[in-house]
Amino acid sequence: MGSTAWAKKTLQGWGRFPRVETECARPERRTELLRAFQERGAAPVLAYGLGRSYGDAPLLREGRQILTSRLNRMLAFDPETGWLRCEAGVSLVDIIDVFLPRGFFPPVVPGTQFVTVGGALCNNIHGKNHHLEGCWGDHVRRVEVLLGSGEIVFCDAQTNPELFWATTGGLGLTGIILSMEVQLYPVANASIEMETVRVNNLDEFFEVSKESADYSHTVSWIDCVQSGPTMGRGIFMRGGHARQGVDAGSSVMDELAGFAQKHVDGRLFESNLLLNKATIRAFNEAYFHKTPAGVQKVVSDYMPFFFPLDAVQNWNYAYGSRGFLQYQMVVPEREACREILEIVSKSGMASFLAIIKEFGEQTHGGLSFPEPGVTLALDFPNFGAPLLEMLDRLDEIVVDVGGRIYLGKDARLSRENFRKMYPEWEKWKAVRDEWDPEQVFQSELGRRLGLVG
Amino acid sequence: MVILILGATSAIARSVAEQYAGAGHPIVLGARDIEAAEAVAADIQIRFEVDTWAKQFDALDTESHADFVADIEAEAGAIDVVLLAFGDMGDQEESERDFAQAKRVIDINYTGAASLAEAVASRMSERGEGSIIGISSVAGDRGRKSNYFYGSAKGAFSLYLQGLRNRLSEHGVHVMTAKLGFVDTRMTFGMETPIPIASPDAVGKAIMRAQQAGVEVLYYPHFWRGVMGIIKAIPEKVFKRLSI
Ligand SMILES: Cc1cc2nc3c(=O)[nH]c(=O)nc-3n(C[C@H](O)[C@H](O)[C@H](O)COP(=O)(O)OP(=O)(O)OC[C@H]3O[C@@H](n4cnc5c(N)ncnc54)[C@H](O)[C@@H]3O)c2cc1C
Repeated sequence: MGSTAWAKKTLQGWGRFPRVETECARPERRTELLRAFQERGAAPVLAYGLGRSYGDAPLLREGRQILTSRLNRMLAFDPETGWLRCEAGVSLVDIIDVFLPRGFFPPVVPGTQFVTVGGALCNNIHGKNHHLEGCWGDHVRRVEVLLGSGEIVFCDAQTNPELFWATTGGLGLTGIILSMEVQLYPVANASIEMETVRVNNLDEFFEVSKESADYSHTVSWIDCVQSGPTMGRGIFMRGGHARQGVDAGSSVMDELAGFAQKHVDGRLFESNLLLNKATIRAFNEAYFHKTPAGVQKVVSDYMPFFFPLDAVQNWNYAYGSRGFLQYQMVVPEREACREILEIVSKSGMASFLAIIKEFGEQTHGGLSFPEPGVTLALDFPNFGAPLLEMLDRLDEIVVDVGGRIYLGKDARLSRENFRKMYPEWEKWKAVRDEWDPEQVFQSELGRRLGLVG
Repeated sequence: MVILILGATSAIARSVAEQYAGAGHPIVLGARDIEAAEAVAADIQIRFEVDTWAKQFDALDTESHADFVADIEAEAGAIDVVLLAFGDMGDQEESERDFAQAKRVIDINYTGAASLAEAVASRMSERGEGSIIGISSVAGDRGRKSNYFYGSAKGAFSLYLQGLRNRLSEHGVHVMTAKLGFVDTRMTFGMETPIPIASPDAVGKAIMRAQQAGVEVLYYPHFWRGVMGIIKAIPEKVFKRLSI
């Protein structure tokens, strides 16, 4: 008789679209994980981290999902070198809480600290320092994987290098990651020294971005309601971990964030009406003008700099029960970016949050997202057919200039366009099929894009 | 202060260990699955920078318990707090079919726990200090058709702790019975519970706080004291017909 507790649960990504009902297990230790894997029956399997992918990458209908949140032990740490070996369910918030007081920070962080290291590797995440430091996988040297056969193997640049390559940015489709070794980097304290630069349009953005290439971290918020001469206006942020002795005083922003964290839960605001063009326009207007013109020097805590949205729990619920979609693309040509912003601003389907950044020269291969060029991330309430049609239109523009969209945030890309965006997919699939000939690992995204089966 | 945690790989035990490690105390972890105990020990050592030890521990092997405790004290020092967090629900239907299964449930939850507690109690009472925390269950407050082997073993364990508390109070040793309601662990995963589930983290904090305050019987979440008060008060005649 089996002894794994399987429970039917509704799982969703951060965009809450789509949602799937699936059989889940939540092992608390390695032996339980291995047992659950054996006791899955004939069903396909997929790991689920903290569900911070937006779309259907972490979801699997009619299969078995392994929740990794309790497999979160740190196994070894070398304070001389910063190498940490840990289980795949360890989250970045854990790492930061433990190591920042000791002067270490994760090599790359996304816009939220609620992601697991397993999820970070499977989407090969990028951060504000991509132009200098690349992706998460560039700082990982060894990964332990449970294969479809039930065998456990290690992979790195020398041992099983093709499995290492395919697992990095491999969307959980090569196996279940049990543990990995990742390098943490020394920082002097918890503060960020940064500058905010108000930019009045897209051209100014590109100018400021160019002259900011030496800052370790850059990112920009952009008001995508604007069109014409003010299109692309926004706030450019550049800076990085503060030097020794530079500490953030508690700013109003920090206090506000602290308050929001304690008292506000996005679930309270779940409404399909809250975020519409008018409220989004008002927010953008206020946010733009809140920041003084010109260049401002600021010392802030790392939280509002890296994870501004983490201050409000479950903010994703504010988009209403229909959920929302993020569209993040990278294009090697600026004109394509301009064209996309124009279409969006004219569509009347505004994005509440829009983020723009130029990636560095690295290309990471496999199914990893970043490539040289400019990336734009837009959030849209799920308006249904008109939105999906517009996004299809945007895909064509992206494909035409040799760009691609981020699979970790996708829920709707067509198989055809995917194949054009990721020319290495065939090579990736060949590696995957070799390591998972029985097609044990599957996901909704994998099925949609033809990565499995 | 040395803290010994038995059944150390459960979510509740791990959380209690984290609380004490967070306060700077060295931690000894005992569990049947030594590899899992080692992983927890490494984790706690890295996170809290306290000394940790992982030891193989088998509740059913009562013969070994005295040596087990002696070895730990020789290596880590006198045990100040021991948490008995191991337990096994077993499978009620299997236990009804096969008494060997029922006996196993009784032996792990009661015999093994009492045996280990005795081994520690004698040392603590000699020293005139220490704290013994037994994790019992609200399931031990009233027999139910759905889990009466587990429930009766936990009930017996609760009574045992009560007696032990009586015996040790004059020797300066504190004994606490922790009766836990639904906690978000392996046992409750996927269960549809009518009553909210507590996080292991909250339970860990509550246990350490209660131990430090010298609480004798802790219900957690606290409203379980009231819930069990009502359940215990239902007349047998009526209770039999309820499917709870
Ligand atoms: C507010 C916000 C901001 C973000 N900002 C950024 C950003 O700046 N840059 C960026 O790159 N991304 C960003 N993201 C996306 C996020 O970093 C990624 O989606 C990340 O992978 C989520 O990790 P997770 O632990 O939640 O994984 P999940 O979303 O649960 O899973 C991600 C993938 O990993 C697989 N997986 C997870 N664990 C394992 C395992 N142990 N073994 C095998 N497969 C596994 C899953 O099957 C899935 O395919 C952001 C997301 C949010 C919500």
